[in-house]
Amino acid sequence: MVENRPWVTFLSHAVLIAGVVVVAFPLYVTFVASTLTLDQIVQVPMPLLPGDHLIENYSQVLTAGSTKGSSAAVSTMLMNSLIMALTIAIGKIAISVIASFAIVYFRFPLRHFFFWMIFVTLMLPVEVRIIPTFKVASDLGLLDTYAGLTLPLIASATATFLFRQFFLTIPEELAEAARIDGAGPIRFFLDVVLPLSKTIIAALFVIQFIYGWNQYLWPLLVTSQESMYTTVIGIRRMIVGGDAANEWQLIMATAMLALLPPAVVVITMQRWFVKGLVETEK
Amino acid sequence: MAKVTFRNVRKSYGSLEVIHGVDAEVADGEFIVIVGPSGCGKSTLLRMVAGLEVITSGEIAIGDTVVNRLEPKDRDIAMVFQNYALYPHMSVYDNMAYGLRIRGKSKSEIDAAVQRAAGILELAPLLARKPRELSGGQRQRVAMGRAIVREPKVFLFDEPLSNLDAKLRVQMRFEIQKLHRKLGTTSLYVTHDQVEAMTLAHRMIVMNAGRAEQVGSPMEVYENPATRFVAGFIGSPSMNFLAGKGAGAGKVALGHGGIVRFAEGQVETGREVVVGIRPEHLEVVDPANAFFAGTVELIEQLGADTLIHVAHGADAAVVRRPHGDSLETGAELHVAADPSRVYLFDPQSGARIR
Repeated sequence: MVENRPWVTFLSHAVLIAGVVVVAFPLYVTFVASTLTLDQIVQVPMPLLPGDHLIENYSQVLTAGSTKGSSAAVSTMLMNSLIMALTIAIGKIAISVIASFAIVYFRFPLRHFFFWMIFVTLMLPVEVRIIPTFKVASDLGLLDTYAGLTLPLIASATATFLFRQFFLTIPEELAEAARIDGAGPIRFFLDVVLPLSKTIIAALFVIQFIYGWNQYLWPLLVTSQESMYTTVIGIRRMIVGGDAANEWQLIMATAMLALLPPAVVVITMQRWFVKGLVETEK
Repeated sequence: MAKVTFRNVRKSYGSLEVIHGVDAEVADGEFIVIVGPSGCGKSTLLRMVAGLEVITSGEIAIGDTVVNRLEPKDRDIAMVFQNYALYPHMSVYDNMAYGLRIRGKSKSEIDAAVQRAAGILELAPLLARKPRELSGGQRQRVAMGRAIVREPKVFLFDEPLSNLDAKLRVQMRFEIQKLHRKLGTTSLYVTHDQVEAMTLAHRMIVMNAGRAEQVGSPMEVYENPATRFVAGFIGSPSMNFLAGKGAGAGKVALGHGGIVRFAEGQVETGREVVVGIRPEHLEVVDPANAFFAGTVELIEQLGADTLIHVAHGADAAVVRRPHGDSLETGAELHVAADPSRVYLFDPQSGARIR
């Protein structure tokens, strides 16, 4: 649409800028708070310009943690979060890509039944099955382990469904051509299906990484030792009581650190998103 | 290279039989075109040779081996698909080399085979490109290249030219012919286009509703169609069919006072028949020699030829004349044909009356 109406341009920019401010301002306040001392933060109003305690605050959370509530170092938590998010993202993709390959390309008894079973679990959020899942994890001795953090979250109906939909769009003739070329199912999977799925795998990786990184309820249940805390849990554990009892500058610094990895993943993978949308390699 | 034999080949999906027993023999090095309207089972027949469809009953043999229970890769065939089915993420080179790599050929062998195929198909400058960077005709050539690198016993073509525009189709037809002359590999070629069938085939199998109606060389099929379906399907514009009744030796009376003379066949007086005459065999004659008279309803100028649509009562016929007529719609036209060019068919079975 080509239009030349200056006030429309002005209005739309104004709305967009207002939106950006609404989203960005809390982030800015978080950042400012992470550079101040506790005394400065509890002043009313809180200063809106960064202070000079940035390095001090960040190095304290990274190496020692807060002095009240949880006292684990945030670097350990970041590592735990990273392990959890990566395991969940990679595990989910690995399992669901194989499951969808089976569902789309093989004919076996009850194939549709299994597909619909997977599909139905889409409708069950984790919270619904969290008590029985916890019981199973605890009976298997998975509490306070990485396996306990990640395994119950790995099965993914969403990813399986998305891969299935994508595989259905790959022309049948490609599979037939591969059969005539002499490729068995595994060769076909590795040589044709996987390379064609590159962009959708990248997109799912971003989504699942953030999903894993932001997990709150499940890690809250299965971790009790500070050495197994994830960053999100760590933030929660640092908050112990009333306003003045918390070291807000350290909590805000942890929050900023918790934001970084998902942001890095999104920004670096963005190119793939666009690529996946623009060119359909089929 | 090898011959391909069909012995009473049938195909059913559940209780629905779609191919009702095809018998045919393709000689070593022959180029056979399977032609028919969509849904006649021609592609299914080809896919049964390829091993992509299960043969319900009967036998298909390649060479002396019955291949019914063999996997596609063990049949020593190569197939060219209508939509090319190139691997989109592989270069032209890799597309052609893929089958050889799976067979565990050495790098130098693969390279030699791909370079040779690329030379034959003039693909050498395109080897590094991805399929999406190629035009339709180039993709089709790559698909053929992928087939020929393996030097299979039989080539299978499944409507390879239908995604191309008219001009390219003529050019590719020519290239396929050249390729076959050069390689001499037994080929089965499926198409719905009777022009492709006529120009490419050594022999063709005309299929209709799951049956092979006629097997023969293009000119045999054109000049001696076995059934009304074949007569109507092969030839463009298609044959005129007029309803009539036997009227004594060598004569059929049309519904509206016309009399058609024929040379071949016996028709009892009063028997209902369908008269078939090709548009190119109808001539404008003087009233005394005419089979029938009709009014000109429509004139189509094709440049070299003119198609004149003539109404004879409820029947209609097309007359094909060389360019240069000065006829007007509404004019009365008297037409006739050489009696040896008149075909008679049974109205119920569609079989030729000889």
